[in-house]
This record gives sequence, structure tokens and C-alpha cells, in this order.
Amino acid sequence: MRNPAGILTRRALTATVAAGVGLATLASSALVSPARAADDPLKVGFIYVGPVGDFGWSYQHDQGRQAIEAEFGDAVETTYVESVPEGADAERVLNQLAAGGHDLIFATSFGFMNSTIKTARKFPDVMFEHATGYKRADNVATYAARFYEGRYVIGIIAGMMTETNTIGYIASVPIPEVVRGINAFTQGLRSVNPEANVKVIWVNSWYDPGKEREAAETLFAQGADVLTQHTDSPAPVQVAEEKGIYAFGQASDMSQFGPNAHLTAIVDDWHGYYIDRTRAVMDGTWESTDTWGGLDSGMVAISDYNPILPPEVVDAAEDARKAIEAGELHPLAGPLMDQVGQVVVAEGEVPDDAALLSMDWFVQGVLGQVPK
Amino acid sequence: MWPRLEARPERSRVMVYLTPLVAAALTALAGLVMFGALGYDPVEALYVFFVAPLTTSFGLSELVVKATPLVLCALGLAVGFRGNVWNIGAEGQLILGAIFAGGLALWAGDANAPWLLPAMVVAGMIGGMAWAAIPAFLRTRFHANEILVSLMLTYVAGLLLGYLVHGPWRDPAGFNFPETALFGDSAMLPALIEGTRLHAGALFAIVAVGAVWVLLMHSFIGFQVKVIGLAPRAGGYAGFSQARVVWLGLLCGGGLSGLAGMVEVAGPIGQLHPQISPGYGFTAIIVAFLGRLHPLGILLAGLFMALTYLGGDTLQIEMGLPRAMTGVFQGMILFFLLASDVLIHHRVRFGPRRAPAPAPTSTPEPETGGTA
Repeated sequence: MRNPAGILTRRALTATVAAGVGLATLASSALVSPARAADDPLKVGFIYVGPVGDFGWSYQHDQGRQAIEAEFGDAVETTYVESVPEGADAERVLNQLAAGGHDLIFATSFGFMNSTIKTARKFPDVMFEHATGYKRADNVATYAARFYEGRYVIGIIAGMMTETNTIGYIASVPIPEVVRGINAFTQGLRSVNPEANVKVIWVNSWYDPGKEREAAETLFAQGADVLTQHTDSPAPVQVAEEKGIYAFGQASDMSQFGPNAHLTAIVDDWHGYYIDRTRAVMDGTWESTDTWGGLDSGMVAISDYNPILPPEVVDAAEDARKAIEAGELHPLAGPLMDQVGQVVVAEGEVPDDAALLSMDWFVQGVLGQVPK
Repeated sequence: MWPRLEARPERSRVMVYLTPLVAAALTALAGLVMFGALGYDPVEALYVFFVAPLTTSFGLSELVVKATPLVLCALGLAVGFRGNVWNIGAEGQLILGAIFAGGLALWAGDANAPWLLPAMVVAGMIGGMAWAAIPAFLRTRFHANEILVSLMLTYVAGLLLGYLVHGPWRDPAGFNFPETALFGDSAMLPALIEGTRLHAGALFAIVAVGAVWVLLMHSFIGFQVKVIGLAPRAGGYAGFSQARVVWLGLLCGGGLSGLAGMVEVAGPIGQLHPQISPGYGFTAIIVAFLGRLHPLGILLAGLFMALTYLGGDTLQIEMGLPRAMTGVFQGMILFFLLASDVLIHHRVRFGPRRAPAPAPTSTPEPETGGTA
């Protein structure tokens, strides 16, 4: 378990350091970038694919935005536009933010990728940050989190808590990130319980409480006694609470939606990255980079464990989390076998990032197919 | 003395044109109250919502980009609605148009082909018409309700698009993300003004306004549509074919919605992905009625509706108000329009109630007794 006190201390420490650095950078940025007057706040814009109140993906990005405000105070001004459709509208909103004097813009969904690249071409002086994409430019950086590391940890918990040996997985869209998460979860699950299987239902949406609820109920009816999800609404956690089974929160701590069912959550913690990148723009040291942070970077965190978890389960999860953080354990280390039993990654080997980023096959233990 | 409503002997032509303005004024008034109650400067908020997007060339060009698909779909729908043909499936027809046109663009790839755009226009219209032909056939052959058939085909269209972009048409270089490759340059609609997203699709909408105006107001078939819509049995006595009106209404709706789909993918989007329309086909129903099913009215209503989207974004960016404001304003407009429509058939009277008017000397007109 990640000690909440630990987080606090780390944050407090960062804040103190930042306060000092912040003052220094303010002074220096006034010198190096004459375009912005010293008393002119840095404008940081965000576009979200969902509502800020989804309690999942967009909510966590908005927490990151608020962290920037808390960190820099009057030196920044933040703006957000929520529920931006991933079609023609995204480019208009990005354009409007860039033309409106924003210096740094976070586009927080994969579907904004081409719109971000197009807008960035028109505004070479504005810095863009695109979450989970793969196209970069001089003024477009990309960032994502290694959620699959967290999924391995909750896989262990699921494997120890299930009695029916059937885990229900509510999946969004069959992109490599989701497939990778299912595989990492299953590897964690099978590391403690080789008998257990994962049933997957695709809802083809990132945020659709109705469909997520339906999928959760179907999985329950098929015998699943632990649910996990790669969709953003708390609906599956609510279903688990109603049915008296277990579930895990996605993106943020969802325990308020199922105090008994919610075992723990994989939390996206963007605070650190957003603050760092904002500071880099202030310092004039911002560069287009590709960041893929995991448990060790703090970008992925495991939230508080439900007190109903037996101590040995918490210990097993904590051991795995620490081993992953220390780099001693890779959630998708070999031997990895596909569904027909063929060895894809040999024992002692670890798939490289390129293999992880294009993963489109399931490991053994997953029931169902990757839609193609 | 309380005002009271009194039935008009015939519908007021003045009020037909005046009530949209009354509705807009009432919406603005209610907006003032709402912003005031929320603690924002109401005048500034209304300015940001309705005026600010129109003060820049960027805003104006984006307004036209946003209005184009709405106007195209609504024009086609109006042809059907006037003849009591209730095509609710413009969204699906739009998606089919996008699939047909996009498929052609993908097939052509990067080839420099001047014939490609005209061919995509035709393909898009054929795609939409083919989708609309299904409810037309089922209605004329089996009396199946076109509302249900066209509506449900929308979901089929969405799933078909999902299948294509997740499967056979997926970009091979796209890390399995559900989207096609970007279209080649010769498959993209040329920009009308360099540096903006205003594209040639806007001209299609203007041409369509003229074409539908001629069709509805100055053609014999347009007259038949009107008669069948107002008094189907009278139309029958005059020898007008109901089936013909059904086919015309659905094919016009399908063709123009398909064109809207083509315009979106060949204009601002430039590829196929699962989210090409944020519900244009449904919003177009509101646009059609807001525009009184009249081509010029639809043009104005489409621009107005587009303004509410742009204004909603601007409100979020400038004043930090939630996106729900967009929906609230759209809802209020419709509410006040429907409510003030009572003035078309009624007038407001003050003063004492007069004796009831003498009954008309002639026998009441039978239902079919149109002036045809």
C-alpha cells in the first residue's frame, strides 16, 4: 500500500522546493522571455474528452490542473473545456485556446491527436502536450502512464479474493493500451491463482455508464465475483456493491461508490508531470519529449486498500508493487503464452516498449478474442 | 385584469416569423436571470455566449464550418417533414455518407486525382440515400413505421463504422488505434479562406438551400409534398402518390445527410474514426423545426445552433462556466419556441371576455377539406 503519509510528505517537499524554484524561475523567465511580462500569468489550457465529473479519466486530469493552480498560484491561469467531441470540434477548441494566449495546452485524450498536431503547426510558439498518442512535433510532447503495472498488482488481489475463479473485465476499445492492461492483469492473477480466468466484455466506449453497468451485470450473471474495468465511470463499482461482489476503481479512488466492493484503485496521478511541465515552460526549458511513467514515477498509484482485505493479500500486493517500482519485476516478463499455448515471450525475456505499444493478442487465461 | 388567450380564426403569418425572435429574446432574458443567479456578470456572459464568437474572422469561419453539416441534414429532413415523412435517422445516413466517401478516399490513397472529390460527393450522397432507402422501402411496401426503422438504423450505421475502423480499414501504421489513415491531399475539400478551416463544403450547403427552395416552393412535386403533408386524403383524391412523397422525403434526407458526412470527413476531419459526428443528424431535427421547415429559415437556424456550440466553448474558456450551459441554452430556445408557437394560433387579449363569436354559417370543414 502506498502510504498516504508518504504521498503527503513527498508533495509537501515538492511544494517547498517548488516555492523556491518558482520564485527563481519567475525572475529568470522574465529575463529570458521578453514576450511575457513578469506579472503576466502563464496561461495553461486543458481539453477533456469527458465531463470533469466523470470521477475517472477526465476528473483526474482536472485534479492535475488544480494542482498546477495550487502550486503556482497567481503565476498561472488555467482554463479547461470539458466534453470535447473527438471529431471536428477538437481542433476548433484547441485553436481557440492557442489563439487566446495560452502558452501550454494539454490535450488529454488519444482522439485529439491529429487535431493537436494540426493546431500545433499553426501555433509554433505554443507548447502542446498530448496524452497517450504517438505523434510528436517540435512543440508537441506526448505522455502516458504505465497503468499496466498497477493492473498486475490488482490482478494479484483478484486472484486471492475470487472464489469462482472467474474475473469480469469491462474493457473499452481494443487498442494496445487496453489489451496490454488485460494481459498484465491476467499475469498478476495467474501468478497467485493459475486456475482463474478473465472474461472480457467490450463496450466500445470510454465513458458510458449505461453500457458499463450492463456489461457488469452480464459478467456477474456469468459467475464473475470480482470485476475490474478499463472504462471511466463508477457504474461497475456500483454494480459490484449491489451484487455483493468485489471491484477495483479505475483512474481515481471510487470507494465512495462501493465502500464494501471497492478493494483498491489504480489512480492516475498527473500532478507531478503537470507541475514539472508547467515549470519547464516558465523556465524556458520545455522540450518535446515522450514520457511513459509507471509506479516508480508516481504517475500510477495504488489507492488505499479496503480494510476488509486480509493482511496476506495486502502483503502480496505490496510486495509486487515494490518489486515493480524497484525494477525487479516486469508485469509482462516471459514466459508469456498466447491463448493457444504458444510461447510469445520466452522465459527470462522482457518485451520492449515497441512490443508493448503494439500488443494485439491475449495471454493465456483470458477468455474471448481481441476484436479485429 | 389577467391576459387570456383567444383562438385566432386562422394562423397568424406574422407570428410564424415573429415567434422565433420572441423565443430568442426570452432565452436571452432567462439567460440574464440564470447568469445573475449563478453570480456571474449576466451582460458579459451573454456577450461572451452570443456575440464574442462573431467578432473574429476565426470565429465566423468556425461558425460556418459547424453550421454546414447541420444545415445540410436539416434541409433534407425538411423535405420529408413537410410531407409527414418522419426521418429520424439523419445521423445514420450521415455516417453512411462518410463511410462511402471515406472508403473511396482510402482506396485512392495518395494518388493525385482531380476526379476524386466529385466522386466522393456522389458516393457520399449514394451512401446516405441507400441507408434512407431501407425505411422508404419498408414503409411503402410493408407500412413499417419509418420513425423506428430510420432511428434504429442509426445504431447499425454506428456499429458498421466501428467495425470498419477497428477492423479492415484500420490504419496499419496506427498502433491498432481505431482510425483509418489520413486521406490524401486530393481527397480533401479545398479551403475557401487560407489559414481557416472554412472549406468548400459550405458552398454545397448554400447550393442545397437554393435547390431545396426551388424543390419545395416552385416545383409540382414540392406542391404534392405539401398537400400530402397537410391533407393526405385530399392529395389522394388529386391523384398524388403518397409512396412517391415517402421516397422523395427519405431520399432527400438521406442524400443531403450523406453529403454532410462526406463534407465532415473530407473537410475538418480528414480520416474516418468512430466519432465523426457529435450528433449532427439529431440536432438537425431541431434546426429543421427552428427554421420552420423553410430553406432560408433552416440556414439561419443552423447558424444560430452552431453559435450556441461556439458560445458554449467560449463561455468555458473565458468565464469557466460548465459545458452544461450549451445544453441549457439549446433547451431553452426550443422550450420558448414551442411555448410561443401558441401565439400563431392564439392571440393574447386583455379586458373582459366577449360573447362567443357566432358559429360559422358554413358546416365545419372536414379533415380532408384542404384548399387543394
